[in-house]
Amino acid sequence: MVNNELLEIIFLTLRVSGSALAIACVLGIPFGLILGSEEFRGKKIIQLLISTGMGLPPVVVGLVVYLLLSNQGPLGTINWLFSPSGMILSQSILAFPLAAGFTSSAIAAVSPKLIIQIRSMGTTSWQEKITIFSQARNGIIAAVLAAFGRIISEVGAVMLVGGNIEGHTRVLSTAIVLETRQGKFAFALSLGFVLLGIALLANSLTYYFGGQWEK
Amino acid sequence: MTPNNIFKIENLEKKYGERKVVDIKNIYVNNGDFFVIVGPSGAGKSTFLRLLKYLEEPTNGDIYFEGKKLSNPLDVNIQRSISMVFQRPEFLKRSVFENVEFPLWIRGKKDNEKVEKVLGQVDIGNLIREKTSSLSGGELQRLALARAMVVDPKVLLLDEPTANLDPYNVELIEKIVLNLNKAGKTIVMVTHNVFQAKRLASSAGLLLNGKLVEVGSADTFFNTPKDARVKDFLEGRMVY
Repeated sequence: MVNNELLEIIFLTLRVSGSALAIACVLGIPFGLILGSEEFRGKKIIQLLISTGMGLPPVVVGLVVYLLLSNQGPLGTINWLFSPSGMILSQSILAFPLAAGFTSSAIAAVSPKLIIQIRSMGTTSWQEKITIFSQARNGIIAAVLAAFGRIISEVGAVMLVGGNIEGHTRVLSTAIVLETRQGKFAFALSLGFVLLGIALLANSLTYYFGGQWEK
Repeated sequence: MTPNNIFKIENLEKKYGERKVVDIKNIYVNNGDFFVIVGPSGAGKSTFLRLLKYLEEPTNGDIYFEGKKLSNPLDVNIQRSISMVFQRPEFLKRSVFENVEFPLWIRGKKDNEKVEKVLGQVDIGNLIREKTSSLSGGELQRLALARAMVVDPKVLLLDEPTANLDPYNVELIEKIVLNLNKAGKTIVMVTHNVFQAKRLASSAGLLLNGKLVEVGSADTFFNTPKDARVKDFLEGRMVY
């Protein structure tokens, strides 16, 4: 595999997982904020669904998204099957429950006494929410990391929905599977290290900026 | 209600289920008063303060602040006119400075000099950049006082502000709140400490099982109380 091809795979991996993470966080963190701080009918059922979703098997998500996007499926007309967009969709579905669930737990862990005391100072509803959010920031950082960890190394969904097409939908995890099947263990292992390196870099950056925020 | 009343309370009741924890007929708190309610633990003192701040809604009865009847949701301007120091204050996971700055941020009036000044007043100016987790109990209570003072409220509500503190911190906090009161600030405090109440109050009352047994000027309340239960409480004879 030439260097250009490797760079292409790394870039696509970052593009797919980065976009999926962004979508999952944009939707999941506010959802978790509401779930963790508000009381409403059906809350327990939603919490149960989110908890279950945190353990969704990637291959099952991949299968469902495959069926949705296939020509005979309800979303067949958008032509996302075997495309990066379809892969982003399936990874967003995998990451969303983690972003929402961990955020919800972090918000619920903020001391109710602190919330009452904040409220007693005359906060508006928005100021109260922003403050609770900032108090739960470490838990929310953990939510982002957990969601990222879930999708960056995931192979089942992207393999099914993307099809591991060279130069089009091949990402690091699916490339590792392919190289292993072809008996190129050393190369598969080196791709594994690249994947680990990306995970390490993402975690380090998150901790660094989390720490900066803490100061 | 005369223009001098800052709080007026009418037939105030608070029930938790069937249990009535506050049952106060009619009292006033005058502008500039240092009104102290004493009473044993469980008498309803903290609940009374939370009702004044409308953190809890009365089951029955009315509270008026500067002639305006309090209702839910509480008018944000009234909420911001009344600062409360809790018995067990909680703080944001931020620095001492940011915790005191917080109520100013709420009002869109950040003011570094004001924060520094008020931290100096409560004698923790040297801890301005510290995290609250590194502060002692006394320092935290003074921080809570600074956080309440920084917005220059019309009324300061104090819930056992010196409970479990050492004599140095007790003296310091008493001095600060007395100075605030001398400068014209209305203070309502609840405490089980009769000696402290005597040192600070301009008017006082005894709360027993949610009912105000007797209210009067500090001089009358502490020196010539009418009710035998007040006498007993003040002399430490009451068995709870």
